[in-house]
Amino acid sequence: MAIWLDENSRVVVQGITGSEGTKHTKRMLAAGTNVVAGVNPRKVGQQVEGVPVFGTVADAIEQAGANVSVIFVPPKFTKDAAIEAIDAAIGLAVVITEGVPVHDTTEFWAYCQSKGTTRIIGPNCPGIASPGLSNAGIIPADITPGGRIGLVSKSGTLTYQMMYELREFGFSTCVGIGGDPVIGTTHIDALDAFQADPGTDAIVMIGEIGGDAEERAAAHIEAHVTKPVVGYVAGFTAPEGKTMGHAGAIVSGSSGTAQAKKEALEKAGVRVGKTPSETARLMADIMRSL
Amino acid sequence: MDLFEYQAKKLFAEHGVPVPTGKTATTPEEARAIATELGGKVVVKAQVKAGGRGKAGGVKVADGPDDAFAKATAILGMDIKGHTVHSVLVEEASNIAEEYYASFLLDRANRTFLAMASREGGMEIEEVAATNPDALARIAIDPLTGVDAAKAREIAVAAKLPEAALAGAAELLAKLWTVFVKSDATLVEVNPLILTGDGRVIALDGKVSLDENADFRHPENAAFVDVSAVDPLEQKAKEKGLNYVKLEGEVGIIGNGAGLVMSTLDVVTYAGEEFGGKRPANFLDIGGGASAEVMANGLSIILGDPAVKSVFVNIFGGITSCDAVANGIVQALKIVGNVTTPLVVRLDGNNAEEGRRILKEANLSVVKPVDTMDGAAKLAAELAAAAA
Repeated sequence: MAIWLDENSRVVVQGITGSEGTKHTKRMLAAGTNVVAGVNPRKVGQQVEGVPVFGTVADAIEQAGANVSVIFVPPKFTKDAAIEAIDAAIGLAVVITEGVPVHDTTEFWAYCQSKGTTRIIGPNCPGIASPGLSNAGIIPADITPGGRIGLVSKSGTLTYQMMYELREFGFSTCVGIGGDPVIGTTHIDALDAFQADPGTDAIVMIGEIGGDAEERAAAHIEAHVTKPVVGYVAGFTAPEGKTMGHAGAIVSGSSGTAQAKKEALEKAGVRVGKTPSETARLMADIMRSL
Repeated sequence: MDLFEYQAKKLFAEHGVPVPTGKTATTPEEARAIATELGGKVVVKAQVKAGGRGKAGGVKVADGPDDAFAKATAILGMDIKGHTVHSVLVEEASNIAEEYYASFLLDRANRTFLAMASREGGMEIEEVAATNPDALARIAIDPLTGVDAAKAREIAVAAKLPEAALAGAAELLAKLWTVFVKSDATLVEVNPLILTGDGRVIALDGKVSLDENADFRHPENAAFVDVSAVDPLEQKAKEKGLNYVKLEGEVGIIGNGAGLVMSTLDVVTYAGEEFGGKRPANFLDIGGGASAEVMANGLSIILGDPAVKSVFVNIFGGITSCDAVANGIVQALKIVGNVTTPLVVRLDGNNAEEGRRILKEANLSVVKPVDTMDGAAKLAAELAAAAA
């Protein structure tokens, strides 16, 4: 079992003819993902890695049965691509693109909510992988086999690190929600889905400095999540006012510190590791005790 | 990117938001000339990106050109919360009847935009929010419809602005919204927003933060960069397309992925506690690629920092395989040349075994491979302490 992405997922790649789109289409196919379509209005009828290119997401849905979109288009076209996916009422749109202006994201997120039919993951995220079933985005497929841990994370490589450290147990689904100030799917959305998923026994949640998403997730866990949760927060030593790589990763004044996030999570009963490896050990202990 | 007040007001003026007439000066002589041109009373305001400027003595009224010269002499060069004053804004003095507050900002928690406005202006808005929360109106703005005349009036009314200020404030708010959207700001704030003795509503101060992700559609923003405040290594890194932040420690850090690098800073700091408080010297994310060229650029920037006594290269091979990274490191050391600073390298993930074999075979004395992140952090801190 898995959340949001499984063996029935049929992926359309928006931006399939670009270098990133082509590269990752190849990788997704190699991982066993059912990539059924690409989109580029100027290259209709062509094929990329054997995948047919359509003019619109709507055509890809109608003619190839796509139900998940992965968006690789450059930042200046991302808003339009997301709106096209939302207009086509696709169930899941994964926005990989990094560097999308936050006004654009806020707009397409508002539009997405007004329609109420599409789940957005990202932007600026590595995507979602249900090992052994399907892989939508850029998460390496060969780090870990399937299993019963669920993972939700703001960071890409830290996600891979955690998957690697816990590969002996395996994962149901790993969701990279992205490090931008405004994102579609949140820690809370993923926690709820893992809580409801019979294929997930325990959850790893990785956060980082900036905003208050982890604090909100902590309050949510206390009230709604009964499965064991282990947490990690990156950026304890980040100075105030410096953006650490992700547009959203900035400590401003007293808000957004790693310490505040860790305290909120611990108060909610989440075991928080001091380092990635300690976090993995805490989860390994839980998995062995189940 | 945060703007100076004078830059914010320039943006305001471009979009029709009324601001006092004024110019910036970097010398007392210039301040006198501007005051002569404006005539009458003027205000001399320190241009620093820090709050509490008035309390620190960075804002003074001058009754004429000579007084403006004196006030500018006192203010230029002042230190306000660690920021040196390099320029002052000399403006016509306004006849202030009342002071209010208004802003538009990105509301991260609710993933939308927010208007905040208050009849209580002039002081820190956090203080108003804490002591008199009812006086601060917060109104969510639908990103799809924005702020039209009716919405602007709704905000002004919610802020309990007096009848005399309503029309002027609403008009200003609608224009301020245009500034917020057209310049891709994450914050536009006016504090105080004033009602003058003759009934006009104007922006007496201005604070703007811009979203750097939107720079591609704002080539004009390049002029806002405060070159004097940019660290030279950060500038060099930016030119190379690298994401580098200078920090205060001795252990240079290179990693791939923002989260992993942030985590590396933490792990090095913890490990450094055992060695007299050794700390990371920088944040550097070389991204997914980690080619020889990118590695060489990163290394040369880090080794350009004289504080760096050891370097920790922390790579998790995801998309990139570790053999490519290892070859990149070997090549990079050749490109940079004469590297004597020890390089602790931890490779994990995709093809890590092969990567480690390549490093071992290259037999470079400065390269110290370690298998785990914690172990590598410890060795990097230890080597930094030994070199000090």
